[in-house]
Formats: sequence, structure tokens, C-alpha cells
Amino acid sequence: MSNSPEINIFAESELNISNKKTEGLFRILYMMMTWLLILPVATILAILVYKGGPMISFEFLFSNPIKGMTAGGIFPALIGTVWLVSVALLFSVPLGVAAAIYLSEYAKDNWFTRMINLAIINLAGVPSIVHALFGVGAFVLFFGFGTSILAASLTLGIMTLPVVIVSSYESLQAVPMAFREACWSMGATRWQTIRRIVLPNSVSGILTGVILEVSRTTGETAPIMFTGAAFFLPYLPESVFDQTMALSLHLFVVSTQVPHVPEGLPYGVALVLIGMVLTMNAASIAFRTYLRGRKKW
Amino acid sequence: MVNTNKPSVKLKVSNLSINYGEASALRDVNLDVYENEIFGIIGPANSGKTSFLKTINRMDIFTPGMKVVGDIIFNGTSLDQWRNVYALRSRIGVVFPLPVGLPLTIYENVALAPRLAGVKNRTELDIIVERCLTRAALWDEVKDRLDSLGSMLSGGQQQRLTIARALSQEPDLLMLDEFSIAVDPVTTMRIEDVLKELKHEMTIILVTNLVQQAYRLADRTAFFLMGDCVEMGNTEDLFSGNVQDERTRDYIEGRFG
Ligand SMILES: Nc1ncnc2c1ncn2[C@@H]1O[C@H](COP(=O)(O)OP(=O)(O)O)[C@@H](O)[C@H]1O
Ligand SMILES: [Mg+2]
Repeated sequence: MSNSPEINIFAESELNISNKKTEGLFRILYMMMTWLLILPVATILAILVYKGGPMISFEFLFSNPIKGMTAGGIFPALIGTVWLVSVALLFSVPLGVAAAIYLSEYAKDNWFTRMINLAIINLAGVPSIVHALFGVGAFVLFFGFGTSILAASLTLGIMTLPVVIVSSYESLQAVPMAFREACWSMGATRWQTIRRIVLPNSVSGILTGVILEVSRTTGETAPIMFTGAAFFLPYLPESVFDQTMALSLHLFVVSTQVPHVPEGLPYGVALVLIGMVLTMNAASIAFRTYLRGRKKW
Repeated sequence: MVNTNKPSVKLKVSNLSINYGEASALRDVNLDVYENEIFGIIGPANSGKTSFLKTINRMDIFTPGMKVVGDIIFNGTSLDQWRNVYALRSRIGVVFPLPVGLPLTIYENVALAPRLAGVKNRTELDIIVERCLTRAALWDEVKDRLDSLGSMLSGGQQQRLTIARALSQEPDLLMLDEFSIAVDPVTTMRIEDVLKELKHEMTIILVTNLVQQAYRLADRTAFFLMGDCVEMGNTEDLFSGNVQDERTRDYIEGRFG
């Protein structure tokens, strides 16, 4: 209509202005929540560095605890944790990834598959102390591994299996179906397709699961307490059938079980524990980023 | 099967019906595809064209709920008797509507099928890759960047890459499913020229959403409509109005839906 007053379509209307206000409000709200999330992490790290930092020395890392664990270092616990985590990974990564491949690439949607999925979800929900008792019953007693690295690591491995399975499954599913179909229609078997197309394009996601597992395994105390970790054992383990000290249990012990521990010591142990987790995470993330950079679609 | 008067039959489909659960996708299709012809299939969406192609290379087994009845004879042997579905599929090249560049380099996209078949020798692979890319009219455009990712190519180039990949299987039968949907007209024409050449070496089934494309390329054409093979005959006849069923004429002349 020619006689209607001219409207500047670029002018802000009431609605635009109020939308903008709401937008700004929520932005700030979400930002604050995020900051709130960072706060505890930052505080914990700051306190640990402040109180435990002075403890860290070459001697602290590489010598045995002495004087009823009120002095000396943490070397056996450090090495013990490395053992426990490595053996647990050796067990749960191949098994978990294989299970994920089966579920994602082979399994048909039937009652059996649904049952497996249900079992995995439930396994993830089992409290760690229950895993610990299961570990005692199954590995220490039934299989006769005794209290040993093997028994403790298997317990840890079973506990973290669901994480590995679920995250591997999800990264396998993220590979587009069209790739598989194109590959199958060329005469490739399922395994050839998995090997050449699916796996190479999901390693980065699978690694995420492993990272999560490593972090969790390193810090767990309950599952290893009765299955293989020792209160005080100033020797390095020689095989998976030995008992060993572990950082997480050692932290528990020096914080609550032993009298006259200098104040900085538990903080030092905690700092090393967290440092270990963070270092492993950082390494895995770096590797993952490297693989992502080569992502091909 | 071989008859002195008639061209030899590459693919014989008898009483083929396809169901998805309760829903029928294709009913009682009977047709022969001859050696070294381009067999066109036209028809509106959801007529069962893609389902038809899927059954030929036994990809139906990957679709839960897809049920196939009827008999398909490929190279003189019934599909039920092809013991090894992998061998069957490797004889049949497939080109999908949207180009599926595998997440590999251009070179590896084309070298994959030979590798799966056990070719390891690098010079042998080089020869195959160059030959297939050349035949798909893509070699000149990519010969200097064979090691870059297939997904970096334009849509039209990717579709030619998938054709090169299909050719690397050395197929007897090439099936194209609406290959030009995401391809520019110039590339479409180039691919059509490629197909005219390839026909001398293999049999081609061309499912197309472009009626004119069937007219340009196909020796014989079938018209699928809502799960029925309404018409099948020489392309010339169909397009000169010599049809059994009025609906075919309507569809070809664009008076549909
Ligand atoms: N995976 C599937 N599950 C269920 N129904 C399907 C599936 N694929 C195709 N259909 C149905 O089968 C019919 C034929 O589909 P399709 O073969 O893709 O036809 P066209 O390729 O001619 O478009 C359609 O009605 C479609 O909805
Ligand atoms: Mg289709």
C-alpha cells in the first residue's frame, strides 16, 4: 500500500529489544554456571599444589616410605598403581572394544542383544564396593589368584568395562552407515569393512573411553583394597601374582590410618595421584587430537 | 540360456516380490536384462526401484524386515545358489544416489576393491587406479592429488570417483541408482558418455529419476509404479507412445501426480 507510513525494516522493534535482553541474561547465567563448575576443581588443585607441592622431590617420588609411613617416599605405591592400571587396561580394553564391535557391527536387534545391553548398564551401576567383594569371591578365592595384582586388576577391569564398551560402541556407531553399505556392496566381509573403514574412523572415540577408564582406575580404592593392594609393603612387585602398594590406598592410609603423619604428606601423595591422572589424560587427549586431525569425512 | 537369435540373458528376474514387514514394496516383477545393454528403470519415488537393486546384489540381508521372494538368475546361476555372496557382490558394481566417498584417499578409494580381492603389488594397483579413474573421466582432474581425501572433491567428481571405484571391481554388471541427483548437468553428460562406452564391456542397470536420461541411454526401459512393473519394452517404443499402459505415457510425458 502506497499511503501507509514508511517503516524502517532495520529498526529494532520492542520484541527485538526484549529478546536481546533475555539472550544476554541467559548468556551470563550459563557462563556463571560454567565458572561455578571450574571453581571446585581449581580450588582442589590450588590447595594440593600449595600444601603438597613442597613435599614433591626426587626422593619423595623414588624412595620407600619409612618410619611407619610418616616419612620417606612413595615409590612402591607409584609403581604399584602403574602395574594395577596397566594390567586392568590390558584386560578391559581388548575385551571392551571387542564387545563393542560385536554389539555395533554384528549383533542383531533381538532379546539376546537387549539382554547384553541391560547387563552392561547394570554393570555400570554396581557400586565399587560390591565389585570389590565380587573380586574377592571370584578372583582371590574361586580362581585362586590370592590377593594379588592380577586379582585387583581384574576387579578394576570389570568395574570399568562398561565405560569402555559404551564409549567404544558410540564411536563405532558414529561412523556413517553409508560407508559400511558402500563397502559391503563391493564384496567386503563385515570384518574387512570393520578393519579398513569402521575402526580407523572410530579410534579417536575409543581412546576417549580409555582415557576415562584410566582416570577412574587410577583413583579407585575400594576394589583393590581387599583384592591385591597392601597397606605397607616396601618392595616392588615382581609379577602379577604379588601384592603391591597403590597410591590411592596409600593416600587413604596416610590420611586416616597412621598417627603422626606430617601435614604435607597426604597432600603430596594426592598431588602425585592427580598429576598422574592428568598426565595420562593429557597424553591421550593429545593423541586423540592428532587422530582427529586426520579424520576423513 | 544362450539363444542364437536373442541376446544372452545376464539377469533373469522371475516373480520377484519384496516386502518390508507387512508393507509391500514390489510385486511380482518379471524381467530379463540382456548382456551389454543399458537397462533403464524409471518411476516416481517409492516405487521400489532401490529395493529392486538391493535384492540383486543381496544387500537385502542387511535390512532388517526386508523379505524377498522370487527367483533371480545372474550369470546363469540362481542367487540362492551363489554360495558366496561376497563373490556375487564383487561382480556387481553399485553407484548410489549421493556419492559415498569412503573416508580414504582418492587412490585408496579406487584401490580398495582390488586390495580386498588380494592384490598387493603396488605397480599393479597403480595401473588399476589409473585405468579406472581414466574410464570414469576423472583421471586428468585428480592425477596430481591422488593422496588427498576423496571427500575433498566436488560432488560431481565424487560421483565419478564412486564410478571408478565400482569399475575397480571389474564388474559384469553395473547398477546406478539415480546417480545424477547431486551432480551438475555438465558432469551428468560426461558420466552419460562414460556409460555409453562402458556398455560394450558390461551390462548396466540404470535407475533414473530423469525420464530423458533413460531415453538418451537405455536400450530397454522398465517403468515401476508403486511397486508394480507397469511396463517394459524397447526405449524407442515407450518414448514414441507405443505403450501397453496409459500410465506409462502419462509418466513419460510428465503428466503425473
Ligand atoms: N528400509 C526400509 N524399511 C521399510 N520400508 C522401506 C525401506 N526401504 C524402502 N522402504 C519402502 O519401500 C518402498 C519402495 O522404496 P524404494 O525401493 O526406496 O523406492 P524408490 O527407490 O523407487 O524410491 C517405499 O514405500 C519405501 O517406503
Ligand atoms: Mg530410490
